[in-house]
Formats: sequence, structure tokens, C-alpha cells
Amino acid sequence: MSDLKALSPTELDLATLIVNTLTLEADPESIDPDAPLYGEGLGLDSIDILEVALAVSKTYGVKLRADDENNTKIFTSLRTLNDHIQQLKAA
Amino acid sequence: MTILSTSRLPLLRHGSPDALFAWHDGRPVTVRAYLAAVHDLARRLPDGAYLLNLCGDRLGFAVGLGAALLRRQISLHPPNDTPDTLRQLEEGYPGLICLTDAGVRYPGMACVDALPRDGLDSLTAPPEDADLAFPADQVAAIAFTSGSTGRPMPQVKSWGTLVRSVHGAGTALGIARLGPAGLVGTVPHQHMYGLESVILLALQHGLVLHGGRPLFPADIAASLDDLPGRRILVTTPVHLQALLADGTALPPLDFILCATAPLAPQLAIDAEAKLGAPLHEIYGCSETGQLAVRRTSATAEWLCIDGIRLRQDEQGTWASGDFLDGETLLADVIELKSDTRFVLHGRSADQVNIAGKRSSLAFLNHHLNSVEGVKDGVFFMPREGESGTTRLAALVVAPGLTAETLLAHLRERIDPIFLPRPLQFVDALPRNPTGKLPREALLRMLDDPRRE
Repeated sequence: MSDLKALSPTELDLATLIVNTLTLEADPESIDPDAPLYGEGLGLDSIDILEVALAVSKTYGVKLRADDENNTKIFTSLRTLNDHIQQLKAA
Repeated sequence: MTILSTSRLPLLRHGSPDALFAWHDGRPVTVRAYLAAVHDLARRLPDGAYLLNLCGDRLGFAVGLGAALLRRQISLHPPNDTPDTLRQLEEGYPGLICLTDAGVRYPGMACVDALPRDGLDSLTAPPEDADLAFPADQVAAIAFTSGSTGRPMPQVKSWGTLVRSVHGAGTALGIARLGPAGLVGTVPHQHMYGLESVILLALQHGLVLHGGRPLFPADIAASLDDLPGRRILVTTPVHLQALLADGTALPPLDFILCATAPLAPQLAIDAEAKLGAPLHEIYGCSETGQLAVRRTSATAEWLCIDGIRLRQDEQGTWASGDFLDGETLLADVIELKSDTRFVLHGRSADQVNIAGKRSSLAFLNHHLNSVEGVKDGVFFMPREGESGTTRLAALVVAPGLTAETLLAHLRERIDPIFLPRPLQFVDALPRNPTGKLPREALLRMLDDPRRE
């Protein structure tokens, strides 16, 4: 367990939401917050991301956008996605 | 009707050079500016017979289409851009030129930016005789379907076939009634449906093409907001479902077009009620292009577009048409009402369609069993879930492999949408005495891999 990177409480919430939404077999606590969400890492694709965005919208009340310069940055990892959601919530 | 091979069909059908052609990066682009970009790219393209148009930007893609036609280069439309696909294309089409968005490069391939580095304003207008038209029999594109042998199967498309197919569909849908409406699409244009119903529909019906490819509901709303006049949304059941579930308010719509997989009637009725516009579906496949349309809230029956005919024999349903070469066996189970009207009853057993991408289980199994270390393995569709997109499952006998290694190998070879989820390692597949794999046995093993 010691080599696992600790998730912050909000990151763990988001990881749980992603795992439940997509019925992934991964354990939310074992997700590396810095690993890529797309492709390798969690192995998500654009259809998954769409489902995650919908769940995020229902749970956090924020609408994700992709067509700005953050396009690639937001979905880099669990951590970047969570940071983006927290910023939207605070705005 | 016999079409003379010498007939020429125009690249676009907008009213005048000053007409709006596209909405790109928040700015209007006129027909004149588009044609200038086509001529500019045609000059910059190196010599070569084939062009791989990988532009994500719709304007760049449309410029690439025009420039390729002008240079008589054939555009390739692979089903995906996995490293394995690109490698196979390079082997099959030596000297392949790769057309990309600004600055995007694919290792080992000759890449050219589709749009001018200094922007469209840096170009001078093309000469007056710039009304571009191309011979109906000029080979314009090659689309690929996944053959069961593991190699993509090329489908050659002449300019005449593409244009007449899109014209037929546009006429059946009554697109002309909308005038120079704006079009926002959520589908990739490398996909045949996107090529026809986003790029070619806009070119051939004088529509205003939105340059973006929005995915999230809020992005779709913002893209539609950019457009000044009437609005057409071209989408898929998956995107439409997300849009309705999310509840994002959209600007007024005039027309919704949906394809890639049949839409549930209730979803179509909901969409019309919530989005306030008629929703039509298009049915087709990579082999034939667009074949039929229906207004889903009104009827389950599909009406063939003008010139398309269907017939059945013991093998299945065959499609032919005035602008198609020969007959094509369709991969779906079809009930014919007449030679131009039919009801769809799902796909043939070997075919899978996930979020609009088609493949065959034979193709996927071929790749799975080609991975070193896999002794036996099978893909299948598990029971479909209540919501979301159901993925394929796979049972694999591969004692020396980890899931990560196997998935990394598969990702090289097949579209990520078909990657197995779940992927389960087992000691042996539940083959019956004749070596077949009964679906019920696969489902049982998926539920409990230890049970035989």
C-alpha cells in the first residue's frame, strides 16, 4: 500500500464517481491521480468521458467544456480533472 | 438512368463567392476564402497518389477534400488512427501524404498542414474561373471497413457516387427547405457518416459548416450559438442521449439528423419534444454510403433514397443503386415491405456496433488470437445494460500475460471502443463437443469464471 499515491478527499469522490459510472473493475483508492485517463492508465475513451461529464454535471452541478485551450489539459489525469471541477464549483 | 462518365459535378453549391461557407474559430469564412485555401493547399501538396486526411478541424478537412480532388489525389478514410492502422496504410499506399491540423505530426509520415500557417486572410482570392467541378468517375476517396481477416477492406468511392448519395439523402430529408442553414456535427468526419452528413451535406446543399467538433452538451450548445441563422444538428444516438440526459438548453434548432445506430423511438420522440425540431435518421454503411431515411417519431419504416433498391435472397438483403457499383450484401437483418421500404431488425450475429463504430466479432477475434501468448480467446457482447454504452467482453486463455500487456497489444491493433471490458482470464474456454462457443456458456463463465 505504501507505493500508492494518496488521493485527496475530493479526488477520491471523483474516482468513486468514475468507477461507479463506468462500472470499472478498478478500486477507486488504487487509481493513480497522475495517470492518464485516456488510452493507457484507466483506458477511457470519448464515450466514457461523455458519461463521466454527465455524472459530473448531475453530482457537482457544473458543465464541462472541451473546446477551449484546456481541451487536453483537463482530461490529462484524475488530478487535473478534479482541479478543473473544483475551480468550476468555486467560480 | 445512365450517367455519362464525362459529367462533372461541382465541389460545392453555395449561392455566390460571398456566401458564408463556414464558421471557424469564432469567425465567418466565405466561399471565396474557402476556395482560396483549396487552391493554396493544392499548390503545397507534394506529388503522390494518396492523401490521408487526419484533420480534426472540419474546415481543414474540407479544404483537404477539395485540394485532393483538384490534384487528383485519393483521400483515404481509415476507421481509426491506431498505430497498426497507420502502419498498414503506409505499407499498402507507399508515398502516402498525411494531412493534419496545424503543427500535428505523426512519426515517420510525411505531414502537411491543411490550412495556411498565416491564416486564411493571408491568401489572395482564386481566379474568376474558380468554379470547381470534378468528373463523376474520378476516384475521390477510399473508405475502409474491418474485414474478418484483420486487414481493413478498401471501399472505393468515386466523386459521382459520393455526391449523388448525399444529394439523394438531402432530397429525401428536404434539406433545401432550410435554405443556407448552419450545420453543427458531433461525429468525426473520417467516419463515412460524418464525411457524408457533415462535410458533403454542407458542401452539396450550400450549408454553413461549423468548424468545431463538439462533444459535451455545453460545447454543442455553444457551437450552435455561433451560427446566425437556421440550425441543423448532425449527431448519433449516444451523443443525443447525453444531450437529453444533461438537460443543457440549446438555441432553437430546425433539424436534427441522427445515424450510426438505430435510435429508439421513445428517444426520438423525447428529442423532438425537448429540442423542438424534427428528427430524421439515416441508414447506411461504409460499403454503400447512405441508403434510406425515416422520421423516427412517425414511422418505423425506412424509405430508400431515390435510386436505391433492395432485394432479398437466401443470403440476406442486397442493396444496389444508380450510383453504386454492383450489389452489396447488408450486415443487418431486414424485413422488406417493398423494394424501397423496409424495417430493420438488428444486426447479423457477427456484427457489433458500439457507439456507432462497426466491427465484426470475427475481425476482433482474429486480432485477439494473433497476440503472442494468447492460446485461445473470444470476444462477445454481454447482456446489454440499462443505461450507458455496453462494451464487449472477452474471455482469454493466456497463462503468461497480464491484462495490461494484452490490452496494450490490442490497443495497437483495434479501435479502443472495442477493447474488452471486462477482460477475464480463464483456464479454458467453454467449448462444446463441436468446438463451438454457446453464448449462454460464455455468459455463465463471465458471471463466474471458476465454474465450468
